[in-house]
Amino acid sequence: MKICCLVKEVPDAAVQKRIDSNTKRLDRSGEKNLNPFDTHGIEAAMQIREGGNAQVDEIVAVTMGPESAVRALHKAVALGADRSVHLTDEALAGSDVCATGYALAKVLESEQPDLVLLGQQSDDGECYTIGAVVADHLKMPSLTQVIKIDVADNKLTCERQAEYGYDTVEVELPAVISVGDAINEPRYPSLKAIMGAKKKPLDTHATGDVGIEADHVGEDGSKTQVLAINPPPTKEPGEIIEDEDTNETVEKIVAWLDERKLL
Amino acid sequence: MAGILVYALHDDEGNFNKNSLGAISEAAKLAGELGTEAAAVVVGDVSDDGAAGLGAYGAKRVFRAKDAPEGLAQPIVDVMAKVISDEGFSYALFGGGLLGFEIGAGLTARLNAGVTMEVTEVKVQDGKLVAERPVLQDSAIVDVGYVGEPGIIIGRLNAFDANAGDGGSAEVVDVEVELSDWSTKARMVTRGEQRGADVNIEDAEILVGGGRGLGEKDNFKLAEDLADAMGGAVAATRAVVDAGWYPYAAQIGQTGKTVAPKLYLAAGISGAIQHKVGMQNSENILAINKDPNAPIFEFSDLGIVGDLHKILPKLTEAVKARKGG
Repeated sequence: MKICCLVKEVPDAAVQKRIDSNTKRLDRSGEKNLNPFDTHGIEAAMQIREGGNAQVDEIVAVTMGPESAVRALHKAVALGADRSVHLTDEALAGSDVCATGYALAKVLESEQPDLVLLGQQSDDGECYTIGAVVADHLKMPSLTQVIKIDVADNKLTCERQAEYGYDTVEVELPAVISVGDAINEPRYPSLKAIMGAKKKPLDTHATGDVGIEADHVGEDGSKTQVLAINPPPTKEPGEIIEDEDTNETVEKIVAWLDERKLL
Repeated sequence: MAGILVYALHDDEGNFNKNSLGAISEAAKLAGELGTEAAAVVVGDVSDDGAAGLGAYGAKRVFRAKDAPEGLAQPIVDVMAKVISDEGFSYALFGGGLLGFEIGAGLTARLNAGVTMEVTEVKVQDGKLVAERPVLQDSAIVDVGYVGEPGIIIGRLNAFDANAGDGGSAEVVDVEVELSDWSTKARMVTRGEQRGADVNIEDAEILVGGGRGLGEKDNFKLAEDLADAMGGAVAATRAVVDAGWYPYAAQIGQTGKTVAPKLYLAAGISGAIQHKVGMQNSENILAINKDPNAPIFEFSDLGIVGDLHKILPKLTEAVKARKGG
């Protein structure tokens, strides 16, 4: 069985994120990191491999992004992937969800995975959607926001929380599964794995290498257009108290509650 | 007919989801401005009356695919893709919810269509729909337009209010849809399982919400003690419910309850969007968190940066003393 883990480089959580008002795209300069949700996808792949119910021959980290995204792949390899694939091309810049999903599906097609795993959302933007877009292009069954995966007989038994409680769903392989952060606690990579990550095989593809039609991607191939960027409605910032003397802090809280007749 | 098509989700008893009804009302309002029609799609076992009843919310027609199962996205993608193509709908609109995200995303691929998600408002501009979507932890709002048709709009939870007006009865149109091969490869084993005790948080005027910052399951006692002292109830984030620390019935947010108590006291809750959408309309929000950068402080009325393990027990004692005195 071959598992492909989709990963994404996102601005580090500690970095102030902003949108460039000229290009109307997310300003992706500054510190970057592997999308924390994707580390749960890699961990899920590792646990399937170690679980013994399925023979996992290969775990491949796959990303789409500029040159710098290689760092996200190195991190993914340090966490356990055997090798990585980088789809990078100027033509992809400015792709929306529709175009990104198509491009990722094309690069995945070239790998023929039995299972595609990814984080349910990225820290920097698109929520919940990419997995389902990719799945339809690949003509595979799909489930998002999964918090438990069991593998047996070429089938997954997945659990997730939906509108009315917890659903248990059987999914035949090959499939695309996006995972929630409750599914596992990602391990820390060993120093040796971090040092060795750059030596693991990495294939770099341009759009043409995997049969991506240039007019389906990038800004011109996108089906949505950002028309304007506005500040959110202003809300008076609340009062902030740093707790130094807890008795004093509690007094202040009680006074605040009293003032609002909440006691 | 360049109308707006809405997916109406229902539970196993045939009750429609509040966010789906909100999406129908929103679609009817927008259709009025565009001079077109709002319609809905239902799948599975929905009665004639149940389907026609969506007319009250503004659906003129309801397309019903009896043979497609409810609860999983891909068969519904098949149904909606067919209805959109056959009837020429210009937009698909979803109320907030997990299935809406999945179906909308599937349609994006199937119909090569633009999609926006977490949409809080939709407006008409030059005869087309434009979606307003907050991004980057709600620090900016972008207006997004569509190139070509159809356009897929996935709302944020509670973005659209359901208005049961005098829309009358909708015309029910049964549709036969051949499901895609891959749409039948996922099968529901059990749906909507409740985990943990059945607790009521929706009627409480004071809620103490517990998140991962509590550190471990047993520490929910701190939240419970405070809630007892204040005469309130305890709520939880999805993260701690999924971790098995607290019952699902107490969960607030995207796949849980929506509440608006007089006081919401968030203990160890970072304030992710998925939680925020379920409690942001609380009258007063008090947050205790050790991380000064936690997003919750951006929408709390009083924020305490500190260790809740120290603060909560003392606060409980102080509230008891104040109430006793």
